[in-house]
Amino acid sequence: MSNLKLELKEKIIEQLNLEDVSVDEIADNDPLFGDGLGLDSIDALELIVMLDKDYGIKLADPKEGRKIFESIDTMAAYISANKA
Amino acid sequence: MKNNFYIQNYCHVKDGEVSVNGKTVFKTSETDFKLVMKAAYKKLIVDYPKFFKMDNLSKLGFLAAHVLLENEKEKNIALILSNKASSLDTDRTYQESIKNAEQYYPSPAVFVYTLPNICMGEISIKHKLYSENCFFVTDEFAPETLSTYANELLDSNKAEKALCGWVDVDNGKYNAFLYVVAKKGTFVHSEAEINRLY
Repeated sequence: MSNLKLELKEKIIEQLNLEDVSVDEIADNDPLFGDGLGLDSIDALELIVMLDKDYGIKLADPKEGRKIFESIDTMAAYISANKA
Repeated sequence: MKNNFYIQNYCHVKDGEVSVNGKTVFKTSETDFKLVMKAAYKKLIVDYPKFFKMDNLSKLGFLAAHVLLENEKEKNIALILSNKASSLDTDRTYQESIKNAEQYYPSPAVFVYTLPNICMGEISIKHKLYSENCFFVTDEFAPETLSTYANELLDSNKAEKALCGWVDVDNGKYNAFLYVVAKKGTFVHSEAEINRLY
Protein backbone atom coordinates (compact mmCIF):
# COMPACT_ATOMS: atom_id res chain seq x y z
CA MET A 1 0.00 0.00 0.00
CA SER A 2 2.81 2.44 0.81
CA ASN A 3 4.31 1.82 -2.64
CA LEU A 4 0.96 2.58 -4.22
CA LYS A 5 0.68 5.83 -2.25
CA LEU A 6 4.13 6.92 -3.38
CA GLU A 7 3.26 6.01 -6.97
CA LEU A 8 0.05 8.05 -6.78
CA LYS A 9 1.88 11.09 -5.47
CA GLU A 10 4.40 10.86 -8.32
CA LYS A 11 1.68 10.44 -10.93
CA ILE A 12 -0.37 13.34 -9.56
CA ILE A 13 2.63 15.68 -9.56
CA GLU A 14 3.59 14.71 -13.10
CA GLN A 15 0.20 14.43 -14.76
CA LEU A 16 -1.35 17.48 -13.12
CA ASN A 17 1.76 19.62 -13.69
CA LEU A 18 2.22 20.52 -10.03
CA GLU A 19 5.37 22.54 -10.42
CA ASP A 20 7.45 23.03 -7.27
CA VAL A 21 5.51 20.35 -5.35
CA SER A 22 7.52 17.33 -4.17
CA VAL A 23 6.37 13.89 -3.02
CA ASP A 24 7.54 14.72 0.53
CA GLU A 25 5.19 17.69 0.69
CA ILE A 26 2.04 15.60 0.16
CA ALA A 27 0.90 13.85 3.35
CA ASP A 28 -1.19 10.72 2.89
CA ASN A 29 -4.22 12.37 4.49
CA ASP A 30 -3.84 15.87 2.99
CA PRO A 31 -6.98 17.05 1.17
CA LEU A 32 -6.27 17.00 -2.57
CA PHE A 33 -8.85 19.69 -3.35
CA GLY A 34 -9.65 23.00 -1.69
CA ASP A 35 -7.15 24.05 0.93
CA GLY A 36 -4.89 21.04 0.36
CA LEU A 37 -3.15 20.69 -2.98
CA GLY A 38 -5.63 23.12 -4.54
CA LEU A 39 -6.68 20.85 -7.38
CA ASP A 40 -9.62 22.00 -9.53
CA SER A 41 -12.48 20.41 -11.49
CA ILE A 42 -10.33 19.74 -14.57
CA ASP A 43 -7.81 17.97 -12.32
CA ALA A 44 -10.65 15.79 -11.03
CA LEU A 45 -11.44 14.75 -14.60
CA GLU A 46 -7.75 13.99 -15.18
CA LEU A 47 -7.74 11.77 -12.08
CA ILE A 48 -10.76 9.86 -13.44
CA VAL A 49 -8.85 9.28 -16.70
CA MET A 50 -5.80 8.20 -14.69
CA LEU A 51 -7.82 5.61 -12.77
CA ASP A 52 -9.03 4.15 -16.06
CA LYS A 53 -5.73 4.32 -17.96
CA ASP A 54 -3.32 3.20 -15.25
CA TYR A 55 -5.47 0.97 -13.03
CA GLY A 56 -8.30 -0.21 -15.27
CA ILE A 57 -10.95 1.33 -13.03
CA LYS A 58 -13.88 3.06 -14.72
CA LEU A 59 -16.03 5.31 -12.56
CA ALA A 60 -19.65 4.78 -13.55
CA ASP A 61 -20.63 8.00 -11.81
CA PRO A 62 -18.11 10.89 -11.80
CA LYS A 63 -19.69 12.07 -8.54
CA GLU A 64 -18.06 9.06 -6.88
CA GLY A 65 -14.80 10.92 -7.36
CA ARG A 66 -15.64 13.35 -4.58
CA LYS A 67 -15.01 10.70 -1.91
CA ILE A 68 -12.38 8.68 -3.79
CA PHE A 69 -10.18 11.71 -4.41
CA GLU A 70 -10.35 13.15 -0.92
CA SER A 71 -6.74 12.22 -0.20
CA ILE A 72 -3.94 9.86 -1.17
CA ASP A 73 -5.21 7.52 1.57
CA THR A 74 -8.72 7.30 0.08
CA MET A 75 -7.40 6.94 -3.49
CA ALA A 76 -5.05 4.13 -2.55
CA ALA A 77 -7.77 2.30 -0.60
CA TYR A 78 -10.19 2.54 -3.53
CA ILE A 79 -7.63 1.38 -6.09
CA SER A 80 -6.55 -1.54 -3.91
CA ALA A 81 -10.16 -2.67 -3.55
CA ASN A 82 -11.15 -2.21 -7.19
CA LYS A 83 -8.06 -2.70 -9.34
CA ALA A 84 -8.77 -4.79 -12.44
CA MET B 1 -15.07 63.02 -34.34
CA LYS B 2 -12.60 60.17 -34.03
CA ASN B 3 -10.07 60.36 -31.22
CA ASN B 4 -6.34 59.85 -31.48
CA PHE B 5 -4.99 56.95 -29.49
CA TYR B 6 -1.50 55.96 -28.42
CA ILE B 7 0.60 52.93 -27.64
CA GLN B 8 1.27 53.08 -23.92
CA ASN B 9 3.78 50.22 -23.76
CA TYR B 10 4.75 47.13 -25.73
CA CYS B 11 6.65 43.90 -25.29
CA HIS B 12 8.29 41.12 -27.26
CA VAL B 13 8.81 37.49 -26.29
CA LYS B 14 10.97 35.53 -28.71
CA ASP B 15 14.32 33.74 -28.98
CA GLY B 16 14.62 33.27 -25.22
CA GLU B 17 14.19 36.95 -24.50
CA VAL B 18 11.45 39.08 -22.96
CA SER B 19 11.65 42.82 -23.55
CA VAL B 20 9.41 45.71 -22.53
CA ASN B 21 9.56 48.95 -24.54
CA GLY B 22 12.74 47.65 -26.16
CA LYS B 23 14.48 46.95 -22.86
CA THR B 24 15.40 43.35 -22.01
CA VAL B 25 13.80 42.15 -18.75
CA PHE B 26 14.67 38.46 -19.13
CA LYS B 27 17.05 36.50 -21.29
CA THR B 28 18.15 32.88 -21.46
CA SER B 29 20.28 30.80 -23.81
CA GLU B 30 17.77 27.97 -23.41
CA THR B 31 15.98 27.08 -26.65
CA ASP B 32 13.34 24.59 -25.47
CA PHE B 33 10.03 26.47 -25.19
CA LYS B 34 8.91 24.87 -21.94
CA LEU B 35 12.26 25.55 -20.26
CA VAL B 36 12.25 29.15 -21.50
CA MET B 37 8.76 29.64 -20.06
CA LYS B 38 9.73 28.02 -16.75
CA ALA B 39 12.79 30.22 -16.36
CA ALA B 40 10.85 33.35 -17.36
CA TYR B 41 8.11 32.44 -14.87
CA LYS B 42 10.61 32.16 -12.03
CA LYS B 43 12.08 35.57 -12.88
CA LEU B 44 8.98 37.54 -13.84
CA ILE B 45 5.81 35.93 -12.48
CA VAL B 46 6.79 33.79 -9.45
CA ASP B 47 3.51 33.13 -7.62
CA TYR B 48 0.96 31.74 -10.07
CA PRO B 49 1.36 27.93 -10.17
CA LYS B 50 -1.62 27.58 -12.53
CA PHE B 51 0.80 28.86 -15.18
CA PHE B 52 2.25 25.35 -15.43
CA LYS B 53 -1.14 23.84 -16.21
CA MET B 54 -1.61 26.08 -19.25
CA ASP B 55 -0.87 25.04 -22.83
CA ASN B 56 2.01 26.64 -24.72
CA LEU B 57 -0.08 29.36 -26.36
CA SER B 58 -1.62 30.43 -23.07
CA LYS B 59 1.77 30.46 -21.35
CA LEU B 60 3.20 32.73 -24.03
CA GLY B 61 0.24 35.12 -24.06
CA PHE B 62 0.00 35.12 -20.28
CA LEU B 63 3.69 35.95 -19.87
CA ALA B 64 3.60 38.75 -22.46
CA ALA B 65 0.43 40.22 -20.93
CA HIS B 66 1.87 39.93 -17.43
CA VAL B 67 4.87 42.16 -18.10
CA LEU B 68 2.58 44.84 -19.57
CA LEU B 69 -0.29 44.66 -17.08
CA GLU B 70 1.35 43.84 -13.74
CA ASN B 71 1.23 47.49 -12.63
CA GLU B 72 -1.84 48.50 -14.63
CA LYS B 73 -4.74 49.97 -12.64
CA GLU B 74 -7.34 50.15 -15.43
CA LYS B 75 -9.60 47.09 -15.64
CA ASN B 76 -11.69 47.93 -18.69
CA ILE B 77 -9.02 46.68 -21.08
CA ALA B 78 -10.20 44.93 -24.23
CA LEU B 79 -8.13 42.00 -25.51
CA ILE B 80 -7.52 41.86 -29.26
CA LEU B 81 -5.04 39.12 -30.08
CA SER B 82 -4.06 37.30 -33.25
CA ASN B 83 -1.83 34.57 -34.61
CA LYS B 84 -1.31 32.20 -37.50
CA ALA B 85 -1.35 28.76 -35.85
CA SER B 86 -4.53 29.24 -33.80
CA SER B 87 -4.40 26.44 -31.18
CA LEU B 88 -2.88 23.90 -33.59
CA ASP B 89 0.07 23.20 -31.27
CA THR B 90 -2.33 21.92 -28.60
CA ASP B 91 -4.79 20.42 -31.09
CA ARG B 92 -2.03 18.04 -32.24
CA THR B 93 -1.32 16.94 -28.68
CA TYR B 94 -4.98 16.25 -28.14
CA GLN B 95 -5.31 14.41 -31.44
CA GLU B 96 -2.42 12.14 -30.38
CA SER B 97 -4.38 11.15 -27.29
CA ILE B 98 -7.46 10.05 -29.25
CA LYS B 99 -6.06 8.59 -32.48
CA ASN B 100 -5.74 5.03 -31.17
CA ALA B 101 -9.12 3.46 -30.46
CA GLU B 102 -7.54 0.88 -28.14
CA GLN B 103 -5.65 3.51 -26.16
CA TYR B 104 -8.38 6.12 -26.17
CA TYR B 105 -7.69 8.34 -23.18
CA PRO B 106 -8.54 11.94 -24.12
CA SER B 107 -7.06 14.37 -21.63
CA PRO B 108 -9.58 16.91 -20.26
CA ALA B 109 -6.71 19.20 -19.25
CA VAL B 110 -5.44 19.29 -22.85
CA PHE B 111 -8.90 19.48 -24.43
CA VAL B 112 -9.82 22.70 -22.60
CA TYR B 113 -7.00 24.51 -24.42
CA THR B 114 -8.02 23.48 -27.95
CA LEU B 115 -9.21 26.99 -28.80
CA PRO B 116 -6.93 30.05 -29.14
CA ASN B 117 -9.21 32.35 -27.16
CA ILE B 118 -8.60 30.32 -23.99
CA CYS B 119 -5.32 32.26 -23.86
CA MET B 120 -7.37 35.45 -23.42
CA GLY B 121 -9.40 33.74 -20.70
CA GLU B 122 -6.25 33.02 -18.71
CA ILE B 123 -5.15 36.66 -19.03
CA SER B 124 -8.61 37.87 -18.01
CA ILE B 125 -8.72 35.61 -14.93
CA LYS B 126 -5.32 36.78 -13.69
CA HIS B 127 -5.95 40.48 -14.23
CA LYS B 128 -9.67 40.40 -13.37
CA LEU B 129 -10.75 41.73 -16.77
CA TYR B 130 -14.44 41.50 -17.68
CA SER B 131 -13.92 43.16 -21.02
CA GLU B 132 -14.44 42.79 -24.75
CA ASN B 133 -12.17 40.30 -26.46
CA CYS B 134 -11.50 38.93 -29.90
CA PHE B 135 -8.92 36.56 -31.36
CA PHE B 136 -8.07 36.83 -35.08
CA VAL B 137 -6.35 34.03 -37.00
CA THR B 138 -4.42 35.45 -39.96
CA ASP B 139 -1.56 34.26 -42.15
CA GLU B 140 0.60 37.21 -41.15
CA PHE B 141 0.67 39.91 -38.50
CA ALA B 142 -2.13 42.30 -39.52
CA PRO B 143 -1.82 45.66 -37.70
CA GLU B 144 -4.63 47.24 -39.70
CA THR B 145 -7.13 44.66 -38.44
CA LEU B 146 -5.99 45.10 -34.85
CA SER B 147 -5.86 48.89 -34.92
CA THR B 148 -9.26 49.25 -36.60
CA TYR B 149 -10.86 47.03 -33.97
CA ALA B 150 -9.06 48.73 -31.08
CA ASN B 151 -9.98 52.23 -32.31
CA GLU B 152 -13.61 51.22 -32.66
CA LEU B 153 -13.80 49.85 -29.11
CA LEU B 154 -12.10 52.89 -27.60
CA ASP B 155 -14.05 55.39 -29.73
CA SER B 156 -17.35 53.80 -28.72
CA ASN B 157 -16.32 53.73 -25.03
CA LYS B 158 -16.64 49.94 -24.90
CA ALA B 159 -13.11 49.88 -23.48
CA GLU B 160 -10.73 52.37 -21.89
CA LYS B 161 -7.65 50.58 -23.18
CA ALA B 162 -6.88 47.61 -25.43
CA LEU B 163 -4.21 44.95 -25.17
CA CYS B 164 -3.45 44.02 -28.75
CA GLY B 165 -0.96 41.99 -30.71
CA TRP B 166 0.39 38.71 -31.97
CA VAL B 167 0.94 35.56 -29.92
CA ASP B 168 1.93 32.51 -31.93
CA VAL B 169 3.27 29.08 -30.94
CA ASP B 170 3.72 26.04 -33.12
CA ASN B 171 6.11 23.10 -32.96
CA GLY B 172 8.51 24.78 -30.53
CA LYS B 173 8.62 28.08 -32.47
CA TYR B 174 7.15 31.04 -30.66
CA ASN B 175 6.76 34.78 -31.03
CA ALA B 176 4.73 37.30 -29.09
CA PHE B 177 4.39 41.03 -29.61
CA LEU B 178 1.77 42.72 -27.44
CA TYR B 179 1.04 46.39 -26.88
CA VAL B 180 -1.45 48.46 -24.89
CA VAL B 181 -3.49 51.09 -26.73
CA ALA B 182 -4.65 54.00 -24.56
CA LYS B 183 -5.75 57.62 -24.71
CA LYS B 184 -2.29 58.69 -23.61
CA GLY B 185 1.03 57.15 -24.46
CA THR B 186 4.44 57.38 -26.04
CA PHE B 187 3.79 56.26 -29.60
CA VAL B 188 1.02 57.20 -32.01
CA HIS B 189 -1.36 54.29 -32.52
CA SER B 190 -0.97 53.92 -36.28
CA GLU B 191 -0.42 51.00 -38.60
CA ALA B 192 3.03 52.32 -39.50
CA GLU B 193 4.08 52.68 -35.87
CA ILE B 194 2.76 49.24 -34.92
CA ASN B 195 4.72 47.75 -37.82
CA ARG B 196 7.84 49.62 -36.76
CA LEU B 197 7.61 48.35 -33.17
CA TYR B 198 6.80 44.81 -34.34
